[in-house]
Amino acid sequence: MRTVFSQYAWLAPLFPLAAFVVLTELNRSLKRTGAFIAIVASLASLALSLLIAFERIGTGAEDYSGGFAWLTIGSVTLSAGFEVTNLTALMLVIVSLVAFLVNLYSLGYMRDDERKSVFYAYLSLFACSMLGLVLADNLLLLYIGWELVGVCSFLLIGFWFHKPEARAAAKKAFIVTRVGDLGLLIAILLLFRYMPGHALDFVSLHNVFDSQAGVISTSITTAIALLLFLGAVGKSGQFPLHVWLPDAMEGPTPVSALIHAATMVAAGVFLVARTYDIFEASAVALDTVAYIGAFTALLAATAALKQNDIKRVLAYSTVSQLGYMMLALGSGSWTAAVFHLFTHAFFKALLFLGAGNVIHALHTQDLRQMGGLGRRMKTTAWTFGAGVLALSGVPPLAGFWSKDAVLAAAFERHPLLFAAGIVTACFTALYMARLFILAFWGRPRGDAALAARAKEAPAVMTAPLLVLAALSVAAGFVQTPFGSWLGAWLSGEAIPEQAESVPVMAASAAAGLLGLYLGWLLYGKGAPKGGGAGQTRPWPWLVRLIEREYYLNEAYGYLFVKPLQGLGRALRLFDGAVVGGAGRLAAGAVQALGRLNSRLLSGQLQTYGLAAVIAAVVLMLAIAGRRF
Amino acid sequence: MSMLASYLTLAAVLFCIGLYGVLTKRNAVVVLLCIELMLGAVNLNLIAFAKYGVVPSLAGQIFSLFAITVAAAEAAVGIAVLIVLYRSRATVNVDEYDRLGR
Repeated sequence: MRTVFSQYAWLAPLFPLAAFVVLTELNRSLKRTGAFIAIVASLASLALSLLIAFERIGTGAEDYSGGFAWLTIGSVTLSAGFEVTNLTALMLVIVSLVAFLVNLYSLGYMRDDERKSVFYAYLSLFACSMLGLVLADNLLLLYIGWELVGVCSFLLIGFWFHKPEARAAAKKAFIVTRVGDLGLLIAILLLFRYMPGHALDFVSLHNVFDSQAGVISTSITTAIALLLFLGAVGKSGQFPLHVWLPDAMEGPTPVSALIHAATMVAAGVFLVARTYDIFEASAVALDTVAYIGAFTALLAATAALKQNDIKRVLAYSTVSQLGYMMLALGSGSWTAAVFHLFTHAFFKALLFLGAGNVIHALHTQDLRQMGGLGRRMKTTAWTFGAGVLALSGVPPLAGFWSKDAVLAAAFERHPLLFAAGIVTACFTALYMARLFILAFWGRPRGDAALAARAKEAPAVMTAPLLVLAALSVAAGFVQTPFGSWLGAWLSGEAIPEQAESVPVMAASAAAGLLGLYLGWLLYGKGAPKGGGAGQTRPWPWLVRLIEREYYLNEAYGYLFVKPLQGLGRALRLFDGAVVGGAGRLAAGAVQALGRLNSRLLSGQLQTYGLAAVIAAVVLMLAIAGRRF
Repeated sequence: MSMLASYLTLAAVLFCIGLYGVLTKRNAVVVLLCIELMLGAVNLNLIAFAKYGVVPSLAGQIFSLFAITVAAAEAAVGIAVLIVLYRSRATVNVDEYDRLGR
């Protein structure tokens, strides 16, 4: 089936780009209308994405790709183009939908900010680069988008740059993800070196790694896959490079929802899914992806248990769920990973925006200062609750089905991976129950006057919540073990009904419910009245370990930051003494020569004349001397 | 000694006197006069060659006429510059015209 709208897919990133250009150019003169330009642009992208996706629903839609030769270097031609497959169409919808809702939401959240139009400009630039990343038909373009979203993430984390923590977090996010980006770059260079015809487009990658096994040796394939995965580890906040993501919560909350929950951090998963043929060609790489993912999921889920900042809990939850996606990728089911990406985008954006409403009302992010908000903020509480249940994997909400798909894949791969997934699911439900109970149940624990004035956010901030809540409830039905429509649509292959996954489903639902029950037991029913100060702690060292996030930041500080700072200081000394010394020496020599010359050039015209005469005489004598 | 050689010797002597004056005299007016002396020496050379040279021709004499005309103009301009310079610096002493070096 030929597709009509797919050939206009390249327009999708251009709408936000236009908005970005307009907003940057007319920054000063657009006080109020700036936001609307961005919103209209994101709406246009959304409409186009929906048209493309709806057109492709059903089987047999051809992949559409278009582009042009960009650079010709010798015999190598680099092309720039876009490709619309079912996967990219799905990503287009996710990105543009969440971007639109976040744009809308920011209208309320950032209403009183002086640099609102700058904020919207950054958001638009982000939407443009993310859509570009998704649509790119080769790795080089994807890399450009990859770096651009990194820049936007940096700009938006540090948006409130007057806060030192925000500046530090922005720098940290940029530098830590850089480690991963280097891996991606080297992987691209290796592919360029070893691919027949230096092709970098995904179609050629698929052809070479899927059907022409042996063109590239196994060790090279493994190296390429691991380096690609390193890029994904940096971007998607996987262990050991996840430390930037919790700190990135210093940015405005809509940014956290859009970039650090729904879209950019999922780019790593998207990258692996897009280049999945390379991973399938290397068992080592797949295992690495699976175990890193499982370990990250477990580590982050436990770290989320004792965070007191509402956004940090959600950030660790994001890291954990991204670990889930990696687990699914490593377990051999990229459709499960993309399915989880799809549902996670909705309920995590929902949770972040809900947390934004809470922060907006209370002006604090500390869970210990919250409580009892459920009565005052009904819409937020109900939608947030839907998000909590979806994330906890309570049937039949979206998170349950996608988590189930991931766990089923892990179950088939290795019991250890499955066990990690189940335990993580339990912890996930536990920390989400804690978060919900601390924020919305009980009585206010913080500033009583502020809590009394806390009221529901304006409609522009609750409407996106309602949309996302509806999606969090319903989006899971596109793929169930009884009919995996999404998987079949994405991969183009019929997936058999998986009746044997009923025990997996039961286990996953049980783990989620157990976690929720434990949470209620610990924080709802059994919580001490005094706000938890007199709580007995069974294993103080373990609690401390979790509270301090496994001391990873400290460890990195001692392992990398301190030595690098030392090296930097040594290099600065070297620079000052040797490089600078050489420079000063050269400058001094030239200066001395200049001083000598200025002594000679006294301004006495007659001295100059005498010198000229002497020179002429010498010249004449020389010429005359040569003759004889 | 041929006629040419004696003319050339005279011109060389005149030239050297002029050069010596240009390089040593303090008074700018005298320096200008010395320059005229050097120009005269050159003109003498031209005429000597035009008359006694290997290929005598009238061109040399015409050339020297041109040189005299130009020298007159140059002297006029030079004196004018000197007067302006004197007005601004209140001196005709060449030693003190050393702004170029500072």
